[in-house]
Amino acid sequence: MPKAIFIDTTRCTACRGCQVACKEWKNFPAVPTKQRGTHQNPPDLTHYNFKLVRFSEHLEGDVVQWYFFPDQCRHCLEPPCKEASTVDGAIIRDDATGAVIYTEKSSKEDLETVRSACPYNIPRQDPVTKRLVKCDMCIDRVRANLLPMCVKSCAMGAMNFGNREDMLKLAGERLEAVKKEFPKASLLNQDDVSVIYLVADLPAKYHEFAVAGVSGSMTRKQMLARIFAPVRKIGQQVRG
Amino acid sequence: MGLSRRGFLKLTGVGVAGLTLGRFGIELGPVSVYAAGLKIEGAKESISICPFCSCGCNLLVHSKAGKIINVEGDPDFPISGGGLCSKGASLKSLHTSPNRLTKPLYRAPGSTEWVEKDWDWMMERIARRIKDQRDQDFMRKNASGAEVNRLESVFHLGSSQVSNEEAAVLHQMVRAFGIVHFDHQARICHSPSVPGLAECFGRGAMTNHYNDIANADAVLIMGSNCAEHHPMTFKWVIHAKEKGAYVMHVDPKFSRTSARCHLHVPIRSGTDIAMLGGMVKYILDNKKYFSDYVLDYTNASFLVGEKYSFKDGMFAGFDAAKGKYDKSAWAFEKDEKGLVKRDQTLQHPRCVINVLKNHYDRYDLDTVSSVTGVSKEHLLKVYEEFCATGRPDKAGVFIYALGWTQHSVGVQNIRLSGIIQQLLGNIGVAGGGIAALRGEPNVQGTTDHALLYGYLPGYHNTPTANYQSLDEYLKAYTPKTADPMSVNWWQNRPKYLISLLKSWYGENATQENGFGYSWVPKMDPGVDYSHLYIFDRMYKGQIKGGLCFGHNPCQSIPNTHKVRKAWDKLDWLVIGEVFHNETTDNWKRPGIDPKKIKTEIFLLPSAYRAEKEGTISNSGRWHMWHYKAVEPLGKSRNMGEMFVEIMNRVRALYAKEGGAFPEPITKANYPAKFDAEAVAKSINGFFTRDTKIGDKEYKKGQLVPGFPNLQADGSTSSLNWLYCGGYTEKDGNLAKRRDLTQTPMQAKIHLYPKFAWAWPMDRRVLYNRASVDKNGNPFNPDKAVIAWQDGKWVGDVPDGGYPPMAMEGGKYPFIMTIEGHAQLFGPGREDGPFPEHYEPAETPLTVNPFSGQMHNPVMKVIKSDMDQLAKNGDPRFPIVLTTYNLTEHWCSGSETRNGPALLEAEPQQYVEMSPQLAAEKGIKNGEVVIIESLRGKTEAVAMVTVRIKPFTIMGKTIHLVGMPFCFGWTTPNCGDSTNRVTVSIGDPNVSIPEYKACLVNILRTTSGSELGA
Repeated sequence: MPKAIFIDTTRCTACRGCQVACKEWKNFPAVPTKQRGTHQNPPDLTHYNFKLVRFSEHLEGDVVQWYFFPDQCRHCLEPPCKEASTVDGAIIRDDATGAVIYTEKSSKEDLETVRSACPYNIPRQDPVTKRLVKCDMCIDRVRANLLPMCVKSCAMGAMNFGNREDMLKLAGERLEAVKKEFPKASLLNQDDVSVIYLVADLPAKYHEFAVAGVSGSMTRKQMLARIFAPVRKIGQQVRG
Repeated sequence: MGLSRRGFLKLTGVGVAGLTLGRFGIELGPVSVYAAGLKIEGAKESISICPFCSCGCNLLVHSKAGKIINVEGDPDFPISGGGLCSKGASLKSLHTSPNRLTKPLYRAPGSTEWVEKDWDWMMERIARRIKDQRDQDFMRKNASGAEVNRLESVFHLGSSQVSNEEAAVLHQMVRAFGIVHFDHQARICHSPSVPGLAECFGRGAMTNHYNDIANADAVLIMGSNCAEHHPMTFKWVIHAKEKGAYVMHVDPKFSRTSARCHLHVPIRSGTDIAMLGGMVKYILDNKKYFSDYVLDYTNASFLVGEKYSFKDGMFAGFDAAKGKYDKSAWAFEKDEKGLVKRDQTLQHPRCVINVLKNHYDRYDLDTVSSVTGVSKEHLLKVYEEFCATGRPDKAGVFIYALGWTQHSVGVQNIRLSGIIQQLLGNIGVAGGGIAALRGEPNVQGTTDHALLYGYLPGYHNTPTANYQSLDEYLKAYTPKTADPMSVNWWQNRPKYLISLLKSWYGENATQENGFGYSWVPKMDPGVDYSHLYIFDRMYKGQIKGGLCFGHNPCQSIPNTHKVRKAWDKLDWLVIGEVFHNETTDNWKRPGIDPKKIKTEIFLLPSAYRAEKEGTISNSGRWHMWHYKAVEPLGKSRNMGEMFVEIMNRVRALYAKEGGAFPEPITKANYPAKFDAEAVAKSINGFFTRDTKIGDKEYKKGQLVPGFPNLQADGSTSSLNWLYCGGYTEKDGNLAKRRDLTQTPMQAKIHLYPKFAWAWPMDRRVLYNRASVDKNGNPFNPDKAVIAWQDGKWVGDVPDGGYPPMAMEGGKYPFIMTIEGHAQLFGPGREDGPFPEHYEPAETPLTVNPFSGQMHNPVMKVIKSDMDQLAKNGDPRFPIVLTTYNLTEHWCSGSETRNGPALLEAEPQQYVEMSPQLAAEKGIKNGEVVIIESLRGKTEAVAMVTVRIKPFTIMGKTIHLVGMPFCFGWTTPNCGDSTNRVTVSIGDPNVSIPEYKACLVNILRTTSGSELGA
């Protein structure tokens, strides 16, 4: 049965348990970072950072808004990266779980082709092996009936994992519940992805590539139509 | 989530079992190839506990071939549900870090390098140095000729890192040596919590527990950034919030905590009493208090004696010559029988409630707003939302941590929250209380075991020279009440103290020799032996050597330049650590010629948490066992083994050579080898001979079933009465319990009565007898903690098993206070029976609008050439600095800076400041700046953020900046100690330093050498 991760950002405290747990499970070393005047570090996803909590702060009148966005691969139902793939078996989608996996063969892919196909700007490349890399939904753990490590680490209920239909139901319920406090709340691309975010405000206030599509509710058809479009332009439109 | 934890661990009752994973599913083709080889398949699984904050998150540690390969949260742990924050999530890397100390290292005087030595050589040399110093400096008598039997020239510092069992053997060793300069991290994190809370309710601990926060109707987080520092707290805050609780965060900066609250209220650091004093006034003016509770369960109706007064910031009884108050001026008025006089009509002008009302009458909205910088709208919103819980069916909780403790009014900050919670009837009830979020991994336990100069294990004052015999001591410290309705539990002190002495000295403690009382070192009355004074005396050359375990004072003690210089003056030093840090390597810090540092240093490599077993106590007093997953890395050893070996080697030297007052060492009942399980039993305590209590007979050597059975005649032993009942003949080691069963009543309030064990006597909510009316009916039946049903209590373990107050044999609910009532008026603290607003020692103001008294008149001021204070409103240092930390690093950072993913996320020193201040100073986000005070300066990257706002204080703009204190020079290019700029000023009760407020200036710079720029 296809799985999904539901990320309720209204519960996220940016403790970064998920960001660190992901690296620990995968035995990734640190990438060099500097303090640049923000708590978000590393600045972006890397070949050793498949999960990154993004921080964005805003002042609305006198009210401070500090938004946290635990960014990762969305495991699209019809992954544009897979459509863009030119190497057979390099990018596969596991029908049993919905996990989108980059295999060893992805070292033969062209990073820019695959990355620009991704509406969320997720794929990265290992500089040594040349493999394309990203979140694999901890498929090793999921197959063993264990939670993905990021979900496991989350105590706040921000990260949830389960059967897709259950996660969609939970997402819908949470959206209803938080709309009272946050009228602009929405679910991001829930019909197209296996990693469904609930945000309390406009998605662009969280992250440039939080949502695919200008309106924030792009259909799968529209998304597919953009597969080969330079996606970062979309992001720039979102940013305004 | 349906992926529930496998049950076999519960069945076997041990924490270690092989992992057998059932494969589910279908052949996945290429995915199967990709996902092959789950790394923890076939691994050994052990339960350990995170060594950082006091949530005490239980861990699953997976190991293969003796090496840790994975650490994740234990889903059975009721507080976390299996989650971990970034620090906990990094524990595999921390345990296996190549930076770990794995061999004993020796640094000879004047040497420029560490040399590897074997344990035997190190231990023999350490024992020799301790004995020689002790023999040379031991004091049998003080200047006035009283017997004191102490050693002043040697200190012990740390360690909240150790287990309860390690703490118990450590404490015994330190006292045996006669050391009085004895302190640990509790001093600098939560030392005010004990006297602050105990003065209100009788005990100094968090009243409820983490899960209980979910029951609150209002949550006021003030002096805490719990989403960052005690992350699991927030799981339960979110629960409460989603059930309708209003959640507020009052704090100088907008943090990750504020981001998840309904309301963030910025407040100028050091003005909490002003804001909360305004809340007391609001409650009393608007009659928001819970009348029956206030009348029956607090001392509101007690009459304050005629000597009491309060004028212009000063309480009655101040002795200017001594710089102290004579507290007898604050005593209650008693009748001829010795009963406190009460006016149940609350009309008498000297009734506590009326004295309280008078005191806070000055705390009007305008004055409070102008001092705190909090708008009147925000003040009213917080007051209204929180005080709406002053009803029987509502509860509100205060959550605080170091934001309240680290002030020159630290104890009184906490006291005032206790006064408010009494008025609102929020103590003892589900969702109420005061959540004192303790800090270090086991600082609750190590406070209970009193790694603190002023207490013996179990909160007995350390004897002073005033009390030369056990009888005199017990007479002075065993309180009496004339009121038969008051339990006055501390009347049992002799049983607990004598049981402790029996544990320490065994057969050598006899009725005839006062159970060895003369072997316990005596302090001089009124002398402070805490951190600030230890370093001041060290700086002045009065301290020669010492022991420092799991502590990094050269990074974390204020005015660090002075601390580092003081450390240079030691002749010898024994350090136990997991990693190198600013304290181990102080002798080669930047700008210092190691050849000129004469200190001989013994650096002992310590095992890390998952490499040893024992118990820790989390903030909610849960006493939990952790198991050993793997052997200690390299040649490292657990600290318990180190303490026991040091003691026994010194003991062997005394046995062989004799020396100064050897009895406390040679007569000690001390283990030959450290065994956590055996020490856990000794902490609980044994019958020392066949004993009959009532009609029950106990045999010599049997475990005491609970502290009500401890005796004052030497027939029982217990290393800590609070923990007596935690390890019994009937149930074994209760800290190992992992049973999650609940009654429906317990389930409603998230109470897990069979998970681990909680002191005292497995009570989970302290003072729960105040959650019911005088007939035993819960004030809030929907969230009942206990209830009197069919002639007995059900629910939690009642706090005193007596019948309800209105029934025959009924008692007052606050069994630990002398008169059985919670204390609105608290006559026992050094700086007054009510909290009063005073400005921090360094303040941007020149006038205190509340009184003519600018600062706490009895605060501790350290005086030396290196302890300079800016004058009030000093134009050279116009900016308020507050210090704190962040989720990714722990305290001084000496552990977490070795976690690659943690340092990646938070790599360097920063200073958070408002865009307005940045604009004034021409500072851009991300550039390096210098922060300087009269004590020193530090470099930091400017983080210009809307999360910090300028304050308007008495009509003027005051800027505040904030910095973490976790970055130190031993981690390359991350910056160095923030504490180089903070002040050596202490609270008068406990001498906790005022880390949270001092004055600085900020300068632009082009260098930034500390940050590798």
